[in-house]
Amino acid sequence: MAKVIFSSELQLLTGEDSVSIAATNYRDLVAELLLRYKKLSEGEILKMAVAIDGEVIPDPLLEPVPSNGEVHFLYRISGG
Amino acid sequence: MSESQEYKYIGQRTIRPDGFDKVTGRADFGADLSLPGMIWGKILRSPHAHARIKNIDTSKAEAHPDVMAVVTHQDFPAVSAGGFAVGEGQVDFKDLSRNVLADDKVLYHGHAIAAIAAKSEAAAEAALSLIEIDFDVLMPVLDIAEAMKPDSPLLHDDLFTQGLAEQPEKASNIASRMELKKGDVDAGFAAADVVVERDFSTPTVHQGYIEPHATTVRYDEDGQSMVWCSTQGHFDVRAIISTLLSMDLSKLKVVASEIGGGFGAKTTVYLEPVALMLSKKSGRPVKMAMTRDEVFRASGPGSATRSRVKIGATKDGTITAMQAQLNYAAGAFKGSPMGPGCMTAFTPYDVENMYVEGYDVVVNKPKAAAYRAPGAPQAEFAAEMAVNELADKLGIDPIEFRLQNAAKEGTQTIYGPQLKVVGLVECLEAAKNSPQYKQALAENQGRGLAAGFWFNIGGQSSVVINMKPDGTGTIVEGSPDIGGSRASMQMMAAETLGIDTSRLTPVVADTEHIAYSATTGGSRTTFATGMAVIEAAEDVVRQLKERAAAVWNVTVEQIDWADGVATNVASGDKLSVADICETADKTGGQVSGRANINARGAGPSFAVHLCDVEVDKETGKTGVVRYTAIQDAGKAIHPSYVEGQYQGGAVQGIGWALNEEYVYSEDGVMENAGFLDYRIPLSSDLPMIETVIVEVPNSFHPFGVRGVGETGIIPPLAAVATAVSDAIGVRMGDLPCSPPKVLKAIQDAS
Repeated sequence: MAKVIFSSELQLLTGEDSVSIAATNYRDLVAELLLRYKKLSEGEILKMAVAIDGEVIPDPLLEPVPSNGEVHFLYRISGG
Repeated sequence: MSESQEYKYIGQRTIRPDGFDKVTGRADFGADLSLPGMIWGKILRSPHAHARIKNIDTSKAEAHPDVMAVVTHQDFPAVSAGGFAVGEGQVDFKDLSRNVLADDKVLYHGHAIAAIAAKSEAAAEAALSLIEIDFDVLMPVLDIAEAMKPDSPLLHDDLFTQGLAEQPEKASNIASRMELKKGDVDAGFAAADVVVERDFSTPTVHQGYIEPHATTVRYDEDGQSMVWCSTQGHFDVRAIISTLLSMDLSKLKVVASEIGGGFGAKTTVYLEPVALMLSKKSGRPVKMAMTRDEVFRASGPGSATRSRVKIGATKDGTITAMQAQLNYAAGAFKGSPMGPGCMTAFTPYDVENMYVEGYDVVVNKPKAAAYRAPGAPQAEFAAEMAVNELADKLGIDPIEFRLQNAAKEGTQTIYGPQLKVVGLVECLEAAKNSPQYKQALAENQGRGLAAGFWFNIGGQSSVVINMKPDGTGTIVEGSPDIGGSRASMQMMAAETLGIDTSRLTPVVADTEHIAYSATTGGSRTTFATGMAVIEAAEDVVRQLKERAAAVWNVTVEQIDWADGVATNVASGDKLSVADICETADKTGGQVSGRANINARGAGPSFAVHLCDVEVDKETGKTGVVRYTAIQDAGKAIHPSYVEGQYQGGAVQGIGWALNEEYVYSEDGVMENAGFLDYRIPLSSDLPMIETVIVEVPNSFHPFGVRGVGETGIIPPLAAVATAVSDAIGVRMGDLPCSPPKVLKAIQDAS
């Protein structure tokens, strides 16, 4: 089970700060999150950046998620 | 990654490929392109900081014989609100459309209202006075604290605070709220022996790039329109314009000119869509260029902030809790860099309990734009000032205090993931061992030290390397070169191919000649586009080995590649790159390598700066007498450029700390819109900025690169303000530490 930690923006929609999800890749993980949290939309998720086991991945659609991995949703950083 | 590897080209101080054109005046910048039949565009700007537009009458201007087109917001198609990630974060298209030309309200002094294209620049300027506008003038709101009050005049009737548990029913100037937490700050403060709590503020500041915004465009109703402009990201300019003008991407080519400074501010558009609409209406190419006055009044500055920070520690120097409220002025439309500010404020520290709350607030000033590590200098200024005060109260050396609490590999950040290998401790040790830190201060002098953190980013980059028959190559990239990246691309390609840098020409291609590349920003280019260059060069090497194998009629496994030479391991025969390319027509045609990547694994960068100042206590004037910038580069591809980035960031930060600020009248008119009154540091103001390059490699990059462009602007604000505080014996929490403010602080204290 991967541990998913939500940003403060997403916590307003999920009602909790983290959850354990059984998914082997990011696409399945998002699908499971959308099933669990009705207030959560795909758009809200896609505008966030994601870190899987500490590595920030801008667009992780095809990323594998380790079984004991940690997935953080974060504010997307651009820069100057 | 190869930490101990010896490189032939990486780490050398090669001659910059664009240097000759720049010093001889041959380089073409934003205002340098003229086209046959071209006319000039000028913008009519608001005389009010906040007003409703009741009516615009352009009939007299349209009737003028020299005027060829007039446009207002009503000429643009309606666009719906929607996000686009660029510069400091998400850009809302509806807001952007209302920023390039005001709709029913003007929201800051200088806000663009209408544009005219005429046969000459002077005619366009003169014709602006023929446009008649009926305003209903409203009370402006300039200060963040005032704008946050429930009874403040509203900029937008349809702006409701995002990020609250309950959707508000009343509109507000607070666009959004953000909260980050870790551990239990109440318990952390309860465990503290000493607590520091203080307010801080930073002013609205400009990036101070030397080249004003400028563009030349040609609308083509049948074929492909062209936009030439000074930008950090021409692909994103294409995307924005195509949305604002409802054009197909394929109908628009954007060419990035040479750029005379951007620092984040040239990641959005101001003139370009207006010029293209003028060209569409007039049927002629149109050139537009801002004056310096317009750059100050109407392009996006860095956000002003008001912050409150509280930090507690035990007597032995262990920080037990860190807490902050960070309020950012977004300007006329939502979207300040409050998010990254909240995420970076306390990241240099490995502390169990943290809480940060941020607010994005609209005020009647130009819409804020990205400015080098957007949001971080303001947030980390407040945090570092409080850390220095706490170290002082505890009687602990500020470097030792930071070393005791420093973030390192495995530190849980407040914004999410644990840090990988980072170089803060190495930077602090370098500061402790620096000659400056061991030097005694003279009378009226003070010393300050501060740390800084920036994420750095990756993202999409595309590169093609085309080899020529003489064995030279062209590196075609899509990343505008704002800080010397062409040199680093040349060096990384040379290292991979094994040929001299002089045999490789880096070129920044337009949007038709290379696939999408993300905007140059976030300190991403040497990291991400560099990875694409390495991958494209490896593709070239793979093909050159195949061609050599074909020449010798052997398998590719029998080919060894080193120093730009293919060796037949069986016979010992050799073929150089030039040999293989010369006969490429006989082995399958010319050789091109390609890479299109979405780079990941960006390595965060930490910096530590030391500042010594001397204050004239009769005038309040501060002079910087010695300054050392220390930063982790991961691996410095071109050390001179890396040092230049450290020095440039330090100087911009020193200006922010000592003198720079937008000065407004009560009715919201900027009173110092020029470099005479908006005082950026000159070379004669400063000593040589000493630099120390720390190299803790980023394991996700083949050569260990971290970004270096942004972190260097973060520490100076607190390093300088702490040094001034040390010199005068009064804590300076409000920037800038300008002579009147310093003098008042001295007089108040005495």
